[in-house]
Amino acid sequence: MLKYILIPLLPLIAFIINILFGRNFIKDKAHWIAVPAVACSFILALSAFMNVASGNVININVYNWIVSGTFTVTIGFLIDQLTAIMLIVVTSISTLIFIYSIGYMHGDKGYYRFFSYLSLFVFSMLILVMANNFLLLYFGWEAVGLCSYFLIGFWYEKKSAANAGKKAFIVNRFGDFGFGLGVILVFLTYGSLEYTQVFSDAGSIAGQTINIFGSDVDLITLICLLLFCGAVGKSAQMPLHVWLPDAMEGPTPVSALIHAATMVTAGVFLVARCNPLFSLSHTAMNTVAIVGGVTSIFAASIGLVQNDIKRVIAYSTVSQLGYMFLALGVGAYSAGIFHLYTHAYFKALLFLGSGSVIHALGNEQNMQKMGGLKKYMPVTYAVFVIATLSITGIPGLSGFFSKDEILWRAYSSGELGKVLWLLGTIVALMTAFYSWRLIFLTFHGKFRGTHEQEHHLHESPKVITVPLMFLAFGAIFAGYAGIPPLILEHGDKIGEFLGPVLGHPHGEGSHLEEIMVMMTSVLVAVGGWYGAYIMYVKKPDMPLEAVSKFTPLYNLLFNKYYVDEIYDKVFVKPTLKMSDKVVLGFFDVKIIEGIVNGVPNLVGAFSKKFREIQTGMLSNYGLVMALGALCIIGYVIFLK
Amino acid sequence: MENVILNQLNYPVLSYTVFLPVLGALLLLFMRNTAMIRWTTLLVTMATFVISLPLLTNFDKTTYKMQFVERHQWIPSWSINYFIGVDGISVLFVFLTTLLSILCVLVSWKAIENKVKEFHIAILTVEAAMTGVFISLDFFLFYIFWEAMLIPMFLLIGVWGGPNRVYAAIKFFLYTLVGSVLMLVGIIVLYFAGGNTLDILTLGTVHYPVKLQFWLFLAFFAAFAVKVPMFPVHTWLPDAHTEAPTAGSVILAGVLIKMGAYGFLRFSMPMFPDAVRFFMTPMLVLSVIGIVYGALVCLAQKDLKRLIAYSSVSHMGYVTLGIFALNSQGMEGGILQMLNHGIITGALFLMIGIIYERTHTRVIADYGGFATLVPWYAGLFIILTFASIGLPGTNGFIGEFLVLFGAFKAQKLFGVLAATGVILGAGYMLWLYQRVFFETPNPNWGPGHHPLWDLDLREVITLAPLFALIFVIGFYPEVFLSYMHPTVENLLKHINTHAFAGEGLIAKHLMEIF
Repeated sequence: MLKYILIPLLPLIAFIINILFGRNFIKDKAHWIAVPAVACSFILALSAFMNVASGNVININVYNWIVSGTFTVTIGFLIDQLTAIMLIVVTSISTLIFIYSIGYMHGDKGYYRFFSYLSLFVFSMLILVMANNFLLLYFGWEAVGLCSYFLIGFWYEKKSAANAGKKAFIVNRFGDFGFGLGVILVFLTYGSLEYTQVFSDAGSIAGQTINIFGSDVDLITLICLLLFCGAVGKSAQMPLHVWLPDAMEGPTPVSALIHAATMVTAGVFLVARCNPLFSLSHTAMNTVAIVGGVTSIFAASIGLVQNDIKRVIAYSTVSQLGYMFLALGVGAYSAGIFHLYTHAYFKALLFLGSGSVIHALGNEQNMQKMGGLKKYMPVTYAVFVIATLSITGIPGLSGFFSKDEILWRAYSSGELGKVLWLLGTIVALMTAFYSWRLIFLTFHGKFRGTHEQEHHLHESPKVITVPLMFLAFGAIFAGYAGIPPLILEHGDKIGEFLGPVLGHPHGEGSHLEEIMVMMTSVLVAVGGWYGAYIMYVKKPDMPLEAVSKFTPLYNLLFNKYYVDEIYDKVFVKPTLKMSDKVVLGFFDVKIIEGIVNGVPNLVGAFSKKFREIQTGMLSNYGLVMALGALCIIGYVIFLK
Repeated sequence: MENVILNQLNYPVLSYTVFLPVLGALLLLFMRNTAMIRWTTLLVTMATFVISLPLLTNFDKTTYKMQFVERHQWIPSWSINYFIGVDGISVLFVFLTTLLSILCVLVSWKAIENKVKEFHIAILTVEAAMTGVFISLDFFLFYIFWEAMLIPMFLLIGVWGGPNRVYAAIKFFLYTLVGSVLMLVGIIVLYFAGGNTLDILTLGTVHYPVKLQFWLFLAFFAAFAVKVPMFPVHTWLPDAHTEAPTAGSVILAGVLIKMGAYGFLRFSMPMFPDAVRFFMTPMLVLSVIGIVYGALVCLAQKDLKRLIAYSSVSHMGYVTLGIFALNSQGMEGGILQMLNHGIITGALFLMIGIIYERTHTRVIADYGGFATLVPWYAGLFIILTFASIGLPGTNGFIGEFLVLFGAFKAQKLFGVLAATGVILGAGYMLWLYQRVFFETPNPNWGPGHHPLWDLDLREVITLAPLFALIFVIGFYPEVFLSYMHPTVENLLKHINTHAFAGEGLIAKHLMEIF
């Protein structure tokens, strides 16, 4: 069993070697260390998966990490069905992206640094999913945030990249603030941080309340909402979504691996992992579902009008993550994880495909300056279309299965569920529209870039296209792990596999309704395609007309609802101003230092006055003496 | 004496640790050659460190009692003894003191060119005095060390400091002295109230009237709060730190400001348990204000050293927050955080000193793009940045987490408020890092202008032990936590059993005061 510890350890070793010796010795051979390490992790992960599939659950404690009074927490690992799936997703996609990066990052002066950070990320992400307690989970959680910071700011000489990295870390800290308190509250409630113990005792506190700042709050709801704060930050849900689009400053393989396939899904993993807790609180569940639903439509609407190819995909990611939370919130945990798993493949593919485009165009990311790339980059175009068919939910590809399950579970879960289903369906329409818009703008029509760029247009090398093909394979077939029972009895293998950890959702609804939901989602997928086709292929003047007709709406969407501007005005600027002008300028300097320097100055001023009495002139002293004598005599004579 | 166990080693290890540096200082008086002075000091500090190591290795971790004790009559008519020993808390700070002293000598190797002999004498005497403070078990002895420490420190700032050094040195001295004088009054009162003895352990077993505890707590508080430094008596620290030479800043941040928190643990907790309970909430309030206030000021700082100095105010807020949470997680976290702060902030000041030798500026805006210019330096600095932010895997996380845990357990509101410091901390440290290391290199530096060079071997050696400790504690904090478990447990038991049972009763006693 101990060999499974190597799964995270191998990438860690690769990191240590590359970061220490990369600059002077390994240089552009860094992938010779990183790629085998992560590939071996993948093989070990497969073996762990097989082991779990045969009915074992691996739970090992390595050593006591922190001991203080009654508080104990270990470094320990749990590989159950949920972790096994995550292991496969993380290591398989990492391996492909590592290989892709050999080509994509070729010639970059930070080549060794790139592979170091990427390896450290894989280590951290594996710790996150393999932890058997909340604090080690938190360790992985923060460590992936650290790697994200490094990799977003990889080209740190660019101010925008440095800003984006910092922003990502700090925004995430807001979520982690709640998450950390949640972890503490879990221990204070259950006396342990280990999953097995906490979850088996989960129900024992149902109905208990806790006094927070004078009002009684349902304890389990509070715990869940605090934990969910962390998920909102890491998975870029509203209102903490602002960091993810900026995170596109990082190299494209990073966007694919960290900001699409793995790290940003950690929040989904967290909620799924804690399903025994969440299931006990209606309030918490509804919060998860609503935050997810609202975020998904919010982000999708922004994605409709963006021009930066990576930003479109980034908003798409935020939106799809919202979908996953929507699923979790209606109790369909395995549907959420299923979508996490299929999304990882098609979204990584979209990012890497866009990377291939950006690479060919010499770092151009504006889609308005692309067009007609179809004939120059046939492989990239083909995989892009596959990923788009998959994400829009066209039957037969991965995305269809998971998306359909989410919509059906939402629909069948009750009143709120129906509303969420409607929301999800509108999002599906938008998703289809912006995804096809991306394809049409990038690959169809005439090339709108410079001649220089056109002259250099080429398909990417094999080291880039082969990983794309593998991912395309996943984007088509990964979904067959969860065929709806409506189509194939016992087809929902992944749901059954995850059953022991995530339970089985119970909804109500007839077959007829299920077919109706399915038909609707296919219909909107086609509808979205048709809309984009009309606007961007048939009548290319239409977008401009639409913009001039709906200018305020367009501006609102194009400027991302001005959320960044609002945060800057309401939080960032006032905090900086207050710390400078009020806390430092007024309180520290004027008041405290005023007193500290004032007292000695006062004493000094007094003594200066007294010093002046001593003039050194005899006549003065004589006068004072005489006056004094007179006073005493007068006192004796008249008052005695 | 039931609280004392005798020396496990057959030689007076603690006396050696204190007096070897003094002996070294005396030796330096007879030297002229600066190279010889540096090497001698280095050897003396290293020897002191080696001599102090058996304190850790032979320490009995199962007991709270004083160990390696030495006790001799000194001034019998006033029942003053030469009485020293360590427990699970002080032993850690002896270790930190002897370790940081070596690094202070190393980092000053090229930075100090002026009055080299006097400088090293000051370093050695301050080392001896600081060690003495941590191991004294007699109030008279303690007070001598406590005050003795001020003189070389005053000189370090006032002679080898920056342009505004005289103001900073006097401010430091007066600030500390005001607190110390009140403590001296407190000690004299204790002497009479506790049965004409200055034995710290014996005085800790007496149960003083609540009214007396109240005033004595405040008298000692004056001395300790200035040292910590707690809000609002912190303003000496930024000036002292900024003006002090690198070695001085390291000593200040690493050891000297730990003495305030140590004083609370050694004196206030065992001697005035009722007052401690009574003042718990006010202390937590001041701690939380310190955490948030210090962090906010950091956001506004334009000077590298001043920023780190104010971050100390914030970090030391966690220390007092943990200690006054009055539970084992908070207290152990607080003590560990003292150690962590010594390691992280000590290392940060070493790093700033190292870069200052090259750039001769502390203004953040003069930097920029240093990750390109001095990559190894930048790599080490980012580790410190994240240790300071409290990222898991580093020592900062363990301390901060235990403190927040303890605070939340004790009084939820303070746990929540203190946790906001985690966000602000990330804000000011990452912003600092960006301004110094990221973006395009500042045209002032680099080839053709002002030459910069990356870390050399001496500097790497200076920094290495602290970086090792960051990760060792981060992954296996038991290395140090295991020393303090019994001591902390005993202290808390003492507070909980000795203190009057009900808060109401304390309040009633205190009503008489007003």
